[in-house]
Parts: sequence; structure tokens; C-alpha cells
Amino acid sequence: MVQITFIDSTGQSRSVSADEGSTVMEAALRNSIPGIEAECGGACACATCHVYVDDAWVAKLPKAQPMEEDMLDFAFDVRTGSRLSCQIRITSEIDGLVVSTPERQG
Amino acid sequence: MGEIVKTDAVIIGAGPVGLFAVFELGLLDIKAHVLDILPKAGGQCAELYPEKPIYDIPGFPTITGQGLVDNLMKQIEPFAPTFHYNQMVSSLEPVGSPEAPAFRVITEDGDVFDTKVVLIAAGGGSFQPKKPPIAGIDAYENTSVFYAVRKMEQFRGRRVLIVGGGDSALDWALNLQGVAERVTLMHRRDAFRAAPHSVNAMRELVREKKMDFVLGQVTGLKGEGGMLSHAIVRGEDGSTFDLACDAMLPFFGLTMKLGPIAQWGLNLHENLIPVDTEKFETNMPGIFAVGDINTYPGKLKLILSGFHEVALAAQRAHRYIYPDKKLTFQYTTSSSSLQKKLGVS
Repeated sequence: MVQITFIDSTGQSRSVSADEGSTVMEAALRNSIPGIEAECGGACACATCHVYVDDAWVAKLPKAQPMEEDMLDFAFDVRTGSRLSCQIRITSEIDGLVVSTPERQG
Repeated sequence: MGEIVKTDAVIIGAGPVGLFAVFELGLLDIKAHVLDILPKAGGQCAELYPEKPIYDIPGFPTITGQGLVDNLMKQIEPFAPTFHYNQMVSSLEPVGSPEAPAFRVITEDGDVFDTKVVLIAAGGGSFQPKKPPIAGIDAYENTSVFYAVRKMEQFRGRRVLIVGGGDSALDWALNLQGVAERVTLMHRRDAFRAAPHSVNAMRELVREKKMDFVLGQVTGLKGEGGMLSHAIVRGEDGSTFDLACDAMLPFFGLTMKLGPIAQWGLNLHENLIPVDTEKFETNMPGIFAVGDINTYPGKLKLILSGFHEVALAAQRAHRYIYPDKKLTFQYTTSSSSLQKKLGVS
């Protein structure tokens, strides 16, 4: 199991355990993490699972594919660490990952 | 108000479930008009994931969203439904009785339908433009901030800021160039997911200094009485500056909102419409809710569940529309009358 921490826009932190092979978005939904809508269900088609990856983790994640970059155009307040959580696959390498959820998903 | 359309059934939503409702109603001789806010059929399948494979449609080990929609359109062809696209239903009023229901359906554009039954197959609600979370944006909406272009002329002589990097943003930047006094396109990065020829055309205009392209994101708005004067922009380097403009067009794609459905007198539970599991009828007799928009104990938001729901709703609809006719259950494989309707006998 891999540990992932979600920090919401009010600063409240929630840590969850997730199976390798699933995605950060799925981990959020399974654990009822607020602030992740995932309207399209993980098809990289809606930009409502937008998260800010913690600075310390940005470089450790595989880079976003062009499809994800394109879809991030639909998200709001995109910053350096912006990612779509449905495109972050959970592996043992990202154990301890910290992401923040935006104030709203659009 | 134009001519009133009289019909047996109005289906709200042209997603997979709304389309299959045409089929199930058609087999029972019920004619349908289908209304959708999008300019095309298919709902989420066509709008959100046309290229994505779906693996849980019975009989199709794999089929894309658009593939399923195309097949459904072909399947319902014999019933010649009338589609009304770009139409948001704004009101639904009962004008009959519980025993003999009748409804008047009015769209935002003022089209009127008089129908005996209504099937709400609205999925996650209606697709509406995403609104950027900019503080105070409401005050400028429809005077200076627009999420769609209805008439290009309204932008004549105005300095227009277009925000986004997709086809809508690029298309309107190109179309309004020459109409607006000045078009500025703003996007968060110097890459676009729009058609390459539009991007090239935009870059050419920028080179010729006929259009501006700014890298950045809008974080605030300035202006008096709903009239925009400046957008506050956070540039690529993190600096903040004001950009003078009279109108802003943000194009950030679509999101689903329940919309006017909430005002029709239907019981709602967490933005879903509760129905029974025998007829998938709502608290208002004659109004059915099918597919992702409904809820009942054990509900699964699957396309296949929606298909089942419309078959049962159609049986009940038949009793309202043909109260004196006895409905005999028939199979398409063996019934010559059904095959005749399908145009295959």
C-alpha cells in the first residue's frame, strides 16, 4: 500500500492508503476526499480532478503527457505543480506523495 | 412563440439512454421529439469521451463512445425521431391530470411542445460553459463577459479579450478579428489543442501585429457598472499586470449543471430524481426519469441500466398514450408487426 496525503483549500490534511496500479484520483474517490469531482470518471476528458502536486514531489512524478497538458487548459488557476490526478499512477516510488486540492474544480 | 409541436413523447437529452428511449417507445408506436442543449447527439459519450473505449455494453467487447452513439442513431432511424439541438428546456408544466397526463414543454428559445409524456434522460444535467472562478465575475456577465458568441456585431469596435487555448477560443479569436477593435488571445501556455490551421492563422495575425497573444491567466476584473475596463492578469513569470479590454470571452470547456430541472416540481435527492423501479416514473405521473439522472435503491450509473429503464418506462408510457389499447409483449426476433416497424420484414 502507498500513502497519499491530500490537503484541501482550507489547509485540512487527509492521508489515505492506496493500491499500486490505481490512480491518485481513484484513491481520492474511494476515500471520499472532498475537492475532487472526476466528472468523466478518469478518461482525461474533463479536468475536474485537478490537484497541485507538492513542490518536493513535482520532479519525482513522470511528466504529464500532451493529452493531460491539453486537458489542463480547461482547469482553473493552473500552476507549476498542476496535474490531473486521474493521470498520476500509483507506484511504490510515490509513497508519501502530497497534493493539494484547488478551491473549486470549475 | 412559433407553432406548437404536438407529440406523444418529449425526450430531454440525446445521450445513449435518450436515444435508446426513441427505440423502445417507437416499438410501441410512440413518436418522440428529442431535445438536447448540445449541437449534436451523444451526450457525455460524444462530448466527453468520443474516442475512449467502453467495455461494458452487452454484445460489444469494446466500442468507443462515438461508435456507440453512431450505432444507436442507426438503430433508431426507422422511428424517425425529430431532434432539436442547442435547446435547453426551461419549463415543464403539467396541463393534464394524473390519469391522463399532458405537459407543455418550453425551451429557452421559446419553442413549445405539447406532449403526453416526458422522459428526462438528462444524465449529469445540461452541459454549460465553465465559469472561471474569478471574484466578482457575475457583475460583468452578459454586459462585458460572455461564454458564447450569439452575435458578432455586439463586439464591433470593442477591445475583446479571449481566454483559452482550444478550438472555441481560437475560432472566435479569428472570427472576431476585423470586427472587434482589437483581439487579444490569452492562454496559460504557448501550445494549443486547437486545429493546427487555426493556430497557424492566429500566429500569422500576431506576426502581422493585427492580433495580440498574451501568456497568462486572468485573476481579477476591473470596471464600473458591469462595464469591464481591465483584466488583472498573472503573467507567465508570476508578475501581475492590468490588460485594458471592454469584453472578455472565457472558453474553458463545458461542465454539467442540473439547471432548470430543479424548478419543475419534481422531487429531488442530491440533484437526482427519485423514481420507482417498475416504471421509472417520477413523483409526477407521466414524467419519467431514466439513466444517470435518476436514483433508486441499488442504482448503478451504467449505460446498460439506462437501457433497461427506458424499456420499462415505455410500457407505462404506452398506457397513458393508448389507454384503450392492450399491450401484448412481443420479441423483435419473431414479431412480424415489430419487424414491420423496424423496416426489416
